[in-house]
Amino acid sequence: MKILVCISSVPDTTSKISFTDGDTKLNKAGVTYIIGPYDDYALARAVELKEQSGATITVLNVGGADAEPQIRKALAIGADDAIRVDVEPTDSYFVAEQIAAVAKNGNYDLILMGRETSDYNSGVVHGIVGEMLGISSFSPVMQLDINGNEASITREIEGGKEKLTASLPLVLGCQEPIAEWKIPNMRGIMTARTKPLKVIPAAGSALTITEKYSLPAPKGACKMIPAEEAEKLIELLKTEAKVL
Amino acid sequence: MILIFTEIADGAIKKSSLEAIYYGSKVAEMMDTTVTALAIGNADAAELEKAGNFGATNILHANDTKLTSPNSMAYASVLAETVKNTGAKVIITAKSSFADAVIARAAGALKAAVVGNVTELPNMSNGFQVKVSIFTGKAFADVKVNGDVKILAIKKNAVAPIENNNSAAVENISPSLYENLFSAKVTETIKATGMISLPEADLVVSGGRGMKGPENWQPLLDLADALGAATACSKPVSDLDWRPHHEHVGQTGVKVSPNLYIACGISGAIQHLAGVNSSKVLVVINKDPEAPFFKAADYGIVGDVFEILPKLTKAILANK
Repeated sequence: MKILVCISSVPDTTSKISFTDGDTKLNKAGVTYIIGPYDDYALARAVELKEQSGATITVLNVGGADAEPQIRKALAIGADDAIRVDVEPTDSYFVAEQIAAVAKNGNYDLILMGRETSDYNSGVVHGIVGEMLGISSFSPVMQLDINGNEASITREIEGGKEKLTASLPLVLGCQEPIAEWKIPNMRGIMTARTKPLKVIPAAGSALTITEKYSLPAPKGACKMIPAEEAEKLIELLKTEAKVL
Repeated sequence: MILIFTEIADGAIKKSSLEAIYYGSKVAEMMDTTVTALAIGNADAAELEKAGNFGATNILHANDTKLTSPNSMAYASVLAETVKNTGAKVIITAKSSFADAVIARAAGALKAAVVGNVTELPNMSNGFQVKVSIFTGKAFADVKVNGDVKILAIKKNAVAPIENNNSAAVENISPSLYENLFSAKVTETIKATGMISLPEADLVVSGGRGMKGPENWQPLLDLADALGAATACSKPVSDLDWRPHHEHVGQTGVKVSPNLYIACGISGAIQHLAGVNSSKVLVVINKDPEAPFFKAADYGIVGDVFEILPKLTKAILANK
């Protein structure tokens, strides 16, 4: 089985977000970058499938050279080789176009990625890739088992979940609890250094441009209500906040 | 023409989709055009006509029995075909994980620019620019959308709809339904019934580890019931299986933007705040006065949730 795992490189979820250059660029100073948390679940499940029944895993990133530590980490966790499409991942269609271009020649049985990136949270790249390749796509996937050419999938729906079966090849957007995040071991880190990482140029052009960033207006002070007068809250929500 | 992809629940257009229609009508005013809604699946004509109350001129209804249960690939094919037939250049939907799956495949078919989490009406003074929420609500980006076909997924509360008395003309359509769209077999659907949908809810009551165990949830459920609110929980609570995963709100769970979010026994880790910080009003109840959540809250009560929750429920019921 051949698996393509697409990873994004994003600020750690605990990062404080700020901007520079007249609010036109993300301030990367002091920000730790990580493999997208949802992509990390997809990678972990791919490695489990490889351990169970054998597979080769290619990890793919659409991004600049500064994403390479995250790509190396994915190799240390268990991917066999890597491809980086050397371009800023500006918008969903554009990123999907890069992934589909790589996948077209790769003959992958499974293309896995997170349900969304944790920067723009759009959650559409997997579906666009599926459509471009003319294969089925599902998201958000919470459980995945492969039996021959057949995948058993549990996906989250509003207020519950749905179990389904579908034939490979598939594109899946993953989320917890599909697998536990994996931490690379020393041997993995050592071997990752020499695993192949191919850098290729992008195809097509971006459809959107981010012109300016901003932060939410700061919150006013929190109005404290004494516990013994808790019922006053309801009055305030009605008359002052006007949300009841 | 502006096309709205609507979602149907229990034979009627979902509230979030009505909001999307209203949003579309405002965009249509700016572009001097009209709004058409698309409804897929089983729905009552009288319910579909309500699209008019929110600004749609007409509503296209694809009601083939094959489309009765939501299938993102089939729905996307219907949407893409409708876009081609109508020549719509702007497609709008309310953000949801189902709608995301639908617009994604449609975007692939239409070579469309997709922007998610749109929080305001577009600015058309220089091209087509929208404000989107990024980093799970920690910041905003002004994005210029250049594609010939544009698809916007709007966040709840992006506009405050005002209803009118018009009704939309319902027109049945018979889109092409290719066999391969139905190749996946759904074997089981597990869905909570009679619950208020969390992503759609105006009011949300949420519990964290401070609730001390799944057996202690009753006072929280009682308050939600009295308010007519949806229930939610923090990540640790869903990880511990105290509550189902679809209630998990936060950076890696459901993102909500209700009018009121009441957090009970949740300390307010940055990942949780990310999922709730676009709520209009945040109330925090926690026994620890140092809980970081108070810094993000509008109203706070320091005290024992098990004493405070019944008091709140009582106050609501007394006022009814």
